[in-house]
Amino acid sequence: MTRGGPDSELSDKMQPSMILERQNYRRRRLMDAARILPLLGALLFALPLLWPASGPEGDLGDDGVAMSSAIIYVFSVWSALIVSILVFGKSTQAWSRPSDDQG
Amino acid sequence: MASLNLLVLVCLGYVVLLFIVAFVADRLAAQGRSRWLHTPLIYTLSLSIYCTAWTFYGAVGYAARSGLEFVAIYLGPTLVMVGWWWGLRKLVRIGRSQRVTSIADLISSRYGKSNALAICVTLLAVIGVTPYIALQLQSITLSFSIFAEADPDSGYVDGSSALYVAAGLAVFAILFGTRNLDVNERHHGVVTAVALEAVVKLLALLAVGAFVVWELAGGIGPVMAQIDASEIGQWNVHSGRWATFTFLSAAAFVCLPRMFQVLVVENSDERHLRTAAWAFPFYLLLMSLFVIPIAVVGLDLMPEGSNPDMYVVTIPLSQGREGLAMLSFLGGFSSATSMVIVAAMALSTMVSNHIVMPIWLSWHGEGGAVSGDVRNVVLLARRISIAGILALGYFYHRLSGGGDALISIGLVAFAGIAQILPALVGGLFWRGATRTGALVGLVVGFSVWLFTLLLPELGGNVLSDRIYQDGLFGIGWLRPLALFGVSGLDPVVHSVMWSLLLNASGFCIVSLVTFPSPLERLQAAQFVNVFDHSVGPRGWTGTIGQSEDLMIMSQRILGAQQAQDLFHREAVAQGQRGYLPEPSPAFLDRLERVLSGSVGAATAHAMIGQIVGGSSVSVADLLAVADESAQLLEYSSKLEAKSAELSNTARQLREANAKLTQLSLQKDAFLSQVSHELRTPMTSISAFSEILRDTDGLDEAEKTHYATIIHDEALRLTRLLNDLLDLSVLESGQVSLNMRDGNLSDVLDRAEAAALAGSDRPLLVRRQRDEERFALQTDLDRLAQVFINLISNAQKYCNAERPELRIKVRAVSDRLLIDFVDNGSGIPPDSRSVVFEKFTRVSGEKAGGAGLGLAISREIMQRLDGNVSYLPGKSGGAFRVILPLATRMAAQELRA
Repeated sequence: MTRGGPDSELSDKMQPSMILERQNYRRRRLMDAARILPLLGALLFALPLLWPASGPEGDLGDDGVAMSSAIIYVFSVWSALIVSILVFGKSTQAWSRPSDDQG
Repeated sequence: MASLNLLVLVCLGYVVLLFIVAFVADRLAAQGRSRWLHTPLIYTLSLSIYCTAWTFYGAVGYAARSGLEFVAIYLGPTLVMVGWWWGLRKLVRIGRSQRVTSIADLISSRYGKSNALAICVTLLAVIGVTPYIALQLQSITLSFSIFAEADPDSGYVDGSSALYVAAGLAVFAILFGTRNLDVNERHHGVVTAVALEAVVKLLALLAVGAFVVWELAGGIGPVMAQIDASEIGQWNVHSGRWATFTFLSAAAFVCLPRMFQVLVVENSDERHLRTAAWAFPFYLLLMSLFVIPIAVVGLDLMPEGSNPDMYVVTIPLSQGREGLAMLSFLGGFSSATSMVIVAAMALSTMVSNHIVMPIWLSWHGEGGAVSGDVRNVVLLARRISIAGILALGYFYHRLSGGGDALISIGLVAFAGIAQILPALVGGLFWRGATRTGALVGLVVGFSVWLFTLLLPELGGNVLSDRIYQDGLFGIGWLRPLALFGVSGLDPVVHSVMWSLLLNASGFCIVSLVTFPSPLERLQAAQFVNVFDHSVGPRGWTGTIGQSEDLMIMSQRILGAQQAQDLFHREAVAQGQRGYLPEPSPAFLDRLERVLSGSVGAATAHAMIGQIVGGSSVSVADLLAVADESAQLLEYSSKLEAKSAELSNTARQLREANAKLTQLSLQKDAFLSQVSHELRTPMTSISAFSEILRDTDGLDEAEKTHYATIIHDEALRLTRLLNDLLDLSVLESGQVSLNMRDGNLSDVLDRAEAAALAGSDRPLLVRRQRDEERFALQTDLDRLAQVFINLISNAQKYCNAERPELRIKVRAVSDRLLIDFVDNGSGIPPDSRSVVFEKFTRVSGEKAGGAGLGLAISREIMQRLDGNVSYLPGKSGGAFRVILPLATRMAAQELRA
């Protein structure tokens, strides 16, 4: 009797709610990501400030960072940010109207 | 050689193309076939007016001077777009729900629809953007002059092109930017033209970049090597400037009137942000991709002293690539024109809504008596504003002489516009921000910016040397380039730091100490919690007589047809006929928003206020909105309780209904059984009495026989009716019990004698009289009735050859159990559950009973606080009677 009784009915009801929880959970984490991304981006873009600067006249000191490396770094971070926000946008596309809550 | 005339021709052709595109887009939109105009792609491309001629020409020049620093100007907007989910999304939502027309309108609307703030922001924007427009004109002039230098035959007069360009742009902006008033009908023509220009400038820059990298430098590897070997070949960025510019560009991206226009006002669907969030940064990345290579190759290739700002045009020209140079020129031309058009449009909206309209309204009397067509006034004001703004830009360009590097003018404008940021961000995220705070912050920031950046940047004799040396009024702390004695900073960094710091602190401190007006608090709640509040505050109360005035006024602003449609819709929604809806608070609120789409929040508020007679924001309203979420919570819990109560009641009703149905069924069954029981004796009585009456020649014996049958049947009927009466009395609880003291043994004796008297069937009753000595206090007659019924049942139904009934009595704790067990075959199992029901006869009609005996017995026993039930598990039919045994009696028994 335990299988056909109220127990199985209960587990039937639990099943969809578990999935719902999971969706909610993903939503929350996606929104966390949306918050972190710009901060992460700002941090990464600020990182070059720690690089050793060359002399005032652009002397080619040994410890300076070459412009080509700087270009590659900045544009790589930039592209990574674009791809991340693209992925975020695609994942949130299912939320037909992003009106529910912002936090 | 590239002929200047050809250039002018191409340029004119391009302008004609833009006109056609704008015209067609407007026509399509008017015909409602504008689906493709509302795509995220168009939205993203229209955002690209961020990239002005400053980007197109200036970025390369900037890179040639300072290396990678230029890219900070594009990193700021990228970060803003990346954080769209919790920044821009809110801004766009507010802009749409409040029908905001400009950044000044947004600020004014947020801080209680204050026009003072709107004027302040408008002035700031005009002063900040004028140099920026001048910069665009200058870039066009510069590029013209480059082609002119290359074409010695031309009679080109330096600077004359700026005037034509300014005039042409004014015409374009007026034609397509001031066609209609309601912001819901967005400027499709302008936006589409801007999108086209965005494509052109991107293609132009990419083409020049590809040419430089793959044709001139010989591929990516070599160009990288060339970059490293050049004078900007090392990472050498001023850290303060890098951080400041990133921040400044992020701030300007949101605060610039033209950016606000395309980002918020022209946004037709919030979801477009999702695409723009990655597509626009990608656009920016593409625009910046080839800047450094072009700069490096230009530095290498071009003669000493040539203007690096113009490398994009001069490099292809010097290589004899006139077509490419022409494309590049068109790209720069596109960048400049799109920016100027949108900026002029946005600024003109601000000027007309916040400066011209309030003045005009205060001149033209009160209330519904507003004369003339307001619509025309607004449009005219906008057209004149556009012309005025372009004229301002042109004169600035003439006066400043166009000598500055492009980048510095742009930065000055950015720093000025960024002063709006504290009020904007505070307004969106902090409910405590007040109007006074915003006003103080703006004025302080604006003044500091003016004093430390704009005036020194203008150069000349605007500020005397003494002020630079000794500070304002001789106070050393007030030196423009070393405020509070902090010297040695880059001028832009210095100005941005101090102006925004003082701005934000003034804003915060004053907000903390002042108290907002009710309307302000309402708006604050609406803005900060825009995702929770979908409906506006209900601030207006009006009377029906005012509807007509409102209608007249709306017709003047929206146009007759649109206003009538609007009022008719409202009237229908209110369930009324005709064109004049009740001026309910909800309707007035909606009307205000529609009007604010045309003339701005502050003006719309003032106009409705003039007619309706002032808003009626009460403390109760305020609390209602302020605590809306709490109320919603309370309301929903109330609803929940209500619904629980309802479902409870429904369940009770269902139960009652089921009970009633069951009772009705029982009643029907009972009635049919009773009638059946009555009919059988009645039939025989009538039949035999008929025989007696109608049949002649009956002998005496027969007569006696028939009369006996009739008598028996009559007796049976009487018995049945008595039983029924008895049962109904018992069931209804109206029976009066005659409680007496007695002895169980005596009762059983009496019952046995009564049951067996006059019977022809022998029944042996076995009893153990010593065990029956229990004293009772109960209704002895009723108890005897039960016993009689049980004994006579045994007598009637026991089918044993020698029927025998054993009566066993024993006491279990406080109960007395009396078992009646016969030696027959007992009651079949499937009948056991029904033997106590009325009219139940286990063995057919043979015994002649009505089937009420056991039902009556059970009723009696229940009245006597006992019970009678069938006792399974015995060999024959067995019944158990349970009687309560009072302790007193038990004690008596023990003594006995």
